[in-house]
Amino acid sequence: MKSLSTSNRILILIAALLIIPAYFTPLWQISLWAPQYPEGLNMKIWIDHLSGNVDQINGVNHYIGMNHIGDEMFPEFTYLIYVIGVLIALGIGASLIGKRWSLYSFFGLMSLFGAAVLVDMYQWGYEYGHTLDPKAAIKVEGMSYQPPLIGYKELLNFLAYSGPDTGSWILMGGVGLLILAIVRDRFQKPVLAL
Amino acid sequence: MKKNVWLLAAGLIAVALAPGCKPKGAQSAISGDAASKVYVAPGEYDEFYNIVSGGFNGQISVVGLPSGRVLKILPVFSVHPENGWGFSEETKPMLNTSHGFIPWDDLHHIAVSTTNAEHDARWAFANANNTPRIARIDLTTFKTVEIIEIPNSAGNHSSPFITQNTEYVVAGTRFSIPTGENQDVSIDSYKENFKGHISFIAVDKETGEMNLSFQIEAPPFNFDLARAGKNKSHGWFFFSTYNTEMAHTLLEVNASQKDKDYIMAVNWKKAEEYIKAGEGTRKKANYVHNTWNEETHTATSTMMEDVLVLDPKILKDIVYFIPCPKSPHGTDTDPTGEYIIGSGKLAAIIPVFSFTKMLAAIEAKDFEGTLDGMPVLKYESVLHGEVEKPGLGPLHTEFDGKGNAYTSMFVSSEIVKWNIETLEVLDRVPTYYSIGHLSIPGGPTGKPHGKYMVAYNKITKDRYLPTGPELAHSAQLYDISGDKMQLLLDFPTIGEPHYAEAFPASLIKDKQVKFFKIEENMHPYALKGIKDARVERKGNEVHVYITSIRSNFRPDNIEGVNVGDEVYFHVTNLEQDWDVPHGFAIKGANTGELLIMPGETSTLKWVPDRVGIFPFYCTDFCSALHQEMQGYLRVSPKGSSTELKFSTGEVE
Repeated sequence: MKSLSTSNRILILIAALLIIPAYFTPLWQISLWAPQYPEGLNMKIWIDHLSGNVDQINGVNHYIGMNHIGDEMFPEFTYLIYVIGVLIALGIGASLIGKRWSLYSFFGLMSLFGAAVLVDMYQWGYEYGHTLDPKAAIKVEGMSYQPPLIGYKELLNFLAYSGPDTGSWILMGGVGLLILAIVRDRFQKPVLAL
Repeated sequence: MKKNVWLLAAGLIAVALAPGCKPKGAQSAISGDAASKVYVAPGEYDEFYNIVSGGFNGQISVVGLPSGRVLKILPVFSVHPENGWGFSEETKPMLNTSHGFIPWDDLHHIAVSTTNAEHDARWAFANANNTPRIARIDLTTFKTVEIIEIPNSAGNHSSPFITQNTEYVVAGTRFSIPTGENQDVSIDSYKENFKGHISFIAVDKETGEMNLSFQIEAPPFNFDLARAGKNKSHGWFFFSTYNTEMAHTLLEVNASQKDKDYIMAVNWKKAEEYIKAGEGTRKKANYVHNTWNEETHTATSTMMEDVLVLDPKILKDIVYFIPCPKSPHGTDTDPTGEYIIGSGKLAAIIPVFSFTKMLAAIEAKDFEGTLDGMPVLKYESVLHGEVEKPGLGPLHTEFDGKGNAYTSMFVSSEIVKWNIETLEVLDRVPTYYSIGHLSIPGGPTGKPHGKYMVAYNKITKDRYLPTGPELAHSAQLYDISGDKMQLLLDFPTIGEPHYAEAFPASLIKDKQVKFFKIEENMHPYALKGIKDARVERKGNEVHVYITSIRSNFRPDNIEGVNVGDEVYFHVTNLEQDWDVPHGFAIKGANTGELLIMPGETSTLKWVPDRVGIFPFYCTDFCSALHQEMQGYLRVSPKGSSTELKFSTGEVE
């Protein structure tokens, strides 16, 4: 079993520790601008709650029949804290084991987690944008209001933006360190056993 | 020959019919870049907030400088049906006085709060001239939040003037009147029975709340504009007086007889010492104190019982008289506090007094006599100098902080710039027409902001498109940043601006309240959400707890009200966003509408006078579905037993 260098093991440890900010920084943000909202409306998704102009966003969205956004809309808020906790533990474990397979496994796990988050966000966005109250006051034929997954999209008089926030960037930085560790490990000179 | 005769005839006819040509006088030529100096591009802001008195409209207008655009009309002493001021149950107590509810007054002057003689712009103070009162306006919400009545006063013209840290707002009575127990005296007993009262209203440093601390009983003169001493002369106050002849009839003639009236110098720090030592008499006086509570969104009116009066005839060293030519209209102190400028409106000179010399004269007892035991200082001993031939009818003086003074001339319709030290006239510009006050941003403070100057005129005539016989008052904006004054803009104003103060927008722009937090709403009939919206009956009173949010009222179907019931609509605006007010009105109500700000609760009282179905609706365009924001109320005959019902949104 190939052992990793100490420096690479430290990289894994740092990557694991960089998941910790996910507990106290926002993970995702959605912003809306319109002519009559020059200052913009902003919503932040954290590990277990929402913050920002949620009430105002609900206020404007109820005309087109969109569901009410609240903490209860996201079952993820109940279990994400545990999932993240497990990831950190596994990362620390991978660092302690210090073998090539533990590095690859941890990296694989993190990538899977990232993909799962994107799929989950897309599904939420789809539901939110397509589940419209048939008694809504304003109905635009054939129109749905799925927010973009990442990036900008125009929806009626609003410009919407969706993208990662601080916690996610830090986390991605951590994954970057894992990639660095993998690359270093592949190209480093074999350790002479003395 | 015949041709020449015809030509001559034609020439003579032309001359006879041609209108008289006015010789080209000193017309103020607008230089090329005036437009760019006053243009505020879309998306940008004015540099200064200009808080302008409305005079006989009883309001304040808020104007942006340099564009001259009106930003807001702020009701103070006059009812304002547009937003329910003086009509809603919560605001009515603000206009209460010892004479009962009064829906109007005459608002002359503004004072913007200062600390260390510099604008801090926390509050603006305004006076009511007719039924003497002082109002305080909160400059984070631009609302009138306090009004205090002034006893023993009549014609509250000599107000409001503030001391340099806004310790006091001072109000001098314009008319002397009899006070105390026996006020039923013959008018010609003026000299014996009439008195002038100067009121010192203390202002709480933190909250701004006013309290009538004490009054000084002065001789029966007429009191006109005053200024606090500042910096050097902090601790003193200077009042212009006229009618020291003590006439009570045909003042036009009888009050213009004496060659000199007085500037009354009051040492208020000394007065404070006397009060601390227990001096002064508490005299019975009924006057009302009204305060607005922003947590309960309601006003309360309290009747006060007495006031502390100091008699300067007995308590020495509080009052001194400085002779000042010919019925002065105003007294102004320069930014350093050293120079006291009197404007004798009927004089041909502007006298400038020196504070240092005044103190020396008092020290050396350099008196020309006494008035009821109060010293009258020698004119020459206090005088710094006179500005010769400045113009006709000097009224008011403001300062640019660079050692220059600017005085308005009512009769010659101009503003004259002069150097305070050298007393030399430097420049003059015409105003259109007959200027009263002028205003320089920060002009009356120890640190004027300078840059611009506004002339507020009394006569408009041909300045703008004519609009019937009643015209808006005119104002002109000048650039005073250079050596010569330059006319930039001419614009109509709201009401009759007597005076205004301006300060940099940056002082308060980012402190503005955008909406009220619904959790902090302590109004007794407030609703925090839609679930408690309801109607309750208490005898013949019906209380409707109603919410408003884009775009509905809850409840919006109400039954069980009878003719003659007192119906109170307590409307809470549940919005928590910027610029989303809702209005409220119901058919046939004998009152103005409600305009409720987000997070606020406001009450409209209605007594239905007939049977039927009455619609109510939101009057302020709030959303795409504003037209759908309505409700119906059923009124049954008096004494009927229709069941009290209320609901919103039954499924069709």
